[in-house]
Amino acid sequence: MTRPVYINGIGSVSAQKTFDNSVFLEDVTYRSDTIINVISPDYKSYIPPAAARRMAKGIKMSTVSAKTAIQEADLEENKIDAIIVGTGLGCIGDSEKFVRDIIDNNEQYLTPTRFIQSSHNTVAGQLALGMGCKGHNFTYVHSAISFESALLDAKLQLENKEADNILVGGVDELVDHHIDTHRLIEHIKQEPVATMAVLKSGTKGAIFSEGAHFFVLSGEKSHSCHAELVGVSTFNNLSKNQVSEKARSFLEENNLTSDSIDLIILGYNGDVEFDGYYDGLANGLFSNTCQIYYKHLVGEFDTASGFAFWLGNKIIRHHNIPPVLRLNSVEVSEPKLILCYNQYRGENHSFTLLRKC
Amino acid sequence: MTELKLELKEKIIEQLNLEDVSADDIADQDPLFGEGLGLDSIDALELIVMLDKDYGIKLADPKEGRKIFESVETMAAYITANRSA
Amino acid sequence: MGAGVAITGIGIISAIGGNVSENYRSLISGKIGIDKITQIETVHKDEIMVGEIKDDNPTLEKRLKFLENQNSRTVLIGCIAAQEAVEQAGILDINDVRTGFISGTTVGGMDKSEQYFYDYFDRPEVRQHITGLHAGDSTKKIADHIGLKEGFVTTISTACSSAANAIMLGARMIKSRQLDRVIVGGTDSLSKFTINGFKTLMILSDTYNTPFDDNRKGLNLGEAAAYLVLESDAIVNKENKTVLGYLKGYGNANDAYHQTASSEHGDGAVLAMQKALEVAGMDPSEIDYVNAHGTATPNNDLSEGRALIRLFNGKVPEFSSTKAFTGHTLAAAGGVEAVYSILGLQNDVIFPNLNYKTQMKEFDISPVTKVKNKPLNTVLSNSFGFGGNCSTLIFSKAK
Repeated sequence: MTRPVYINGIGSVSAQKTFDNSVFLEDVTYRSDTIINVISPDYKSYIPPAAARRMAKGIKMSTVSAKTAIQEADLEENKIDAIIVGTGLGCIGDSEKFVRDIIDNNEQYLTPTRFIQSSHNTVAGQLALGMGCKGHNFTYVHSAISFESALLDAKLQLENKEADNILVGGVDELVDHHIDTHRLIEHIKQEPVATMAVLKSGTKGAIFSEGAHFFVLSGEKSHSCHAELVGVSTFNNLSKNQVSEKARSFLEENNLTSDSIDLIILGYNGDVEFDGYYDGLANGLFSNTCQIYYKHLVGEFDTASGFAFWLGNKIIRHHNIPPVLRLNSVEVSEPKLILCYNQYRGENHSFTLLRKC
Repeated sequence: MTELKLELKEKIIEQLNLEDVSADDIADQDPLFGEGLGLDSIDALELIVMLDKDYGIKLADPKEGRKIFESVETMAAYITANRSA
Repeated sequence: MGAGVAITGIGIISAIGGNVSENYRSLISGKIGIDKITQIETVHKDEIMVGEIKDDNPTLEKRLKFLENQNSRTVLIGCIAAQEAVEQAGILDINDVRTGFISGTTVGGMDKSEQYFYDYFDRPEVRQHITGLHAGDSTKKIADHIGLKEGFVTTISTACSSAANAIMLGARMIKSRQLDRVIVGGTDSLSKFTINGFKTLMILSDTYNTPFDDNRKGLNLGEAAAYLVLESDAIVNKENKTVLGYLKGYGNANDAYHQTASSEHGDGAVLAMQKALEVAGMDPSEIDYVNAHGTATPNNDLSEGRALIRLFNGKVPEFSSTKAFTGHTLAAAGGVEAVYSILGLQNDVIFPNLNYKTQMKEFDISPVTKVKNKPLNTVLSNSFGFGGNCSTLIFSKAK
């Protein structure tokens, strides 16, 4: 028999002020831009300077987010059995600088730090090093399902009792060359869009961003438990008309129907070419369900769905849906079952299901 | 030599991103690795690049660095004896 | 304990051959794939040796019937190896059961990213490579090439243990019935990025790498792609499939010691090997041969050798590193060595640890240096990477 999987601690560093777990989107930052950066916590109050001196921004964000989650789960760091991280591009700021140095200096006078930070698994590795965690240490790097791959791995281990407490996270940084090149191919919007106008921008591309979202997943429910992770499933390619069918079969596998879902979190990012993937669910299967979105607040990045997961946990804990997130006016007083659906440019689709416990 | 030592201290701080350290905090004989400044093997590789780039000294084997990087004093002495830049 | 997870197909391309049989012939005839670099223009070309795949990109593109310069070399070699594995497994319709694809890579499309880094702005005709920087992009393209549609596809990047970890996840997903079939392994092409990166760490040898030799000078980088097809017992029975070998055990642990180096006594390596034995339900004495990580860096071989002595309580079975043949193929290494482990089991042969001359001072174990025929039932294969990542796989003979 497999056992349930609980989310006992959550942490976020995003383009909204989310690093403080005691508040929940009370003070929303509105912008009008094509790219947005995280609202940084005071890293120095989390990371000693000697440890921070070689840390890329992605590692700093992850460290804060992970510490927040572990602290909330009220767990000693040595009780973490495994660390699993999802990241689209890792600490890409250092990769870019290293490539630039190779070209600009004709392969001379290169230093190791940037190369080391460029390894995709540097976040998971440094978290393990900092915590002395000798357990399973994986890093998934698969675009929009990087975070979900990590969730799936953790769920498998907890269900099969291969581990009791796992730190799972998603992280991505936003850096210059990546921005410039993605503007060229119109994956980033050409014109700034105001936060509350994202959905109706009518233009190609998304507003790019960054963030780090970490969670403590456990086989035992603790007093800090937010929710149960009921299911997570990913798909390589789906056509628009397959999404509803897959949502239905995903729910069936968990002995549920669309009627039982209290809230759906959709990954709309304002890209006129691909938002249609969400419309099928919003206008069909879940048209009578309370619907929310979030990328207008935190932007698009490979592990943006980590924010949706954080949001689902927050909503279950606070019984409160901040109005700024709402897509429709269907009311729900105390959401018990939350479904998240995300995709990026028509690829790498994921369903994640949370239940109040 | 005194000038070189100060220069080295400033370069070490900059190259290794030692934000909370100033040149005055590093005495000429302070051990740079382990107990003293707490540098590690990756820092040693960074310092090897610095020797090459700023003083034209190439080390082929990272082990050679151990003696040279014992302290600012030993670094300065080695650079003075071997520099080409 | 069950038989383990069945392996029904293998595919590989490396510096010692463009398919499985070429690799096997090189391994038993002692044909080394290490040479001067020819396909990347680098200022270091006279000071390094590499394990380069002989075919250039246009040749690989022709072999795959791909358009010119649309894909990273990581994708090209990955497609060749994955296709061979799928063909060998006799899969006619890859979407007929729940099939997944899990690939390990560290560089992804870096070969193209570094080439066109500044060109993207003036040359629209190379912009197809912009999204190739995503490691997952190479996996996606290989999945498309082998015809996978909606199934589970993901990428693991844990430096030099990536492919071993992809194989591990695949096995766990088959065992827990999340998938019926999964293609697992890894791919990495050579790039200026990795050449210069390893150069900054001062662990590249300027001559042929010599694993476990007292005078070893470091590693040779290599490039390769290698994949296995894992299938559930239900499919194997239903379709009466030929099983090439079984994956019996797997374990991953973190050394939590240093960002790039292994701990002095190989704590993470011992933990990974212990976990793998535990999953396999085996005693260390049941291991017939160890395909070591053996990169030929001073640090790895000492740490791994000590870990082997600890795990086997001094009675270390016959072992060798095949990296003197292929170079260190980074993310692909665990896949390459999984294929070699299966070839060893199928043919009852231990492949030699070439270039070994001098006994290491720190201990008295030494590798097998000549091709050796010996009945093999179980092979243990190690892969270790930056970030303290240590992985072990245990393979057993098909019955």
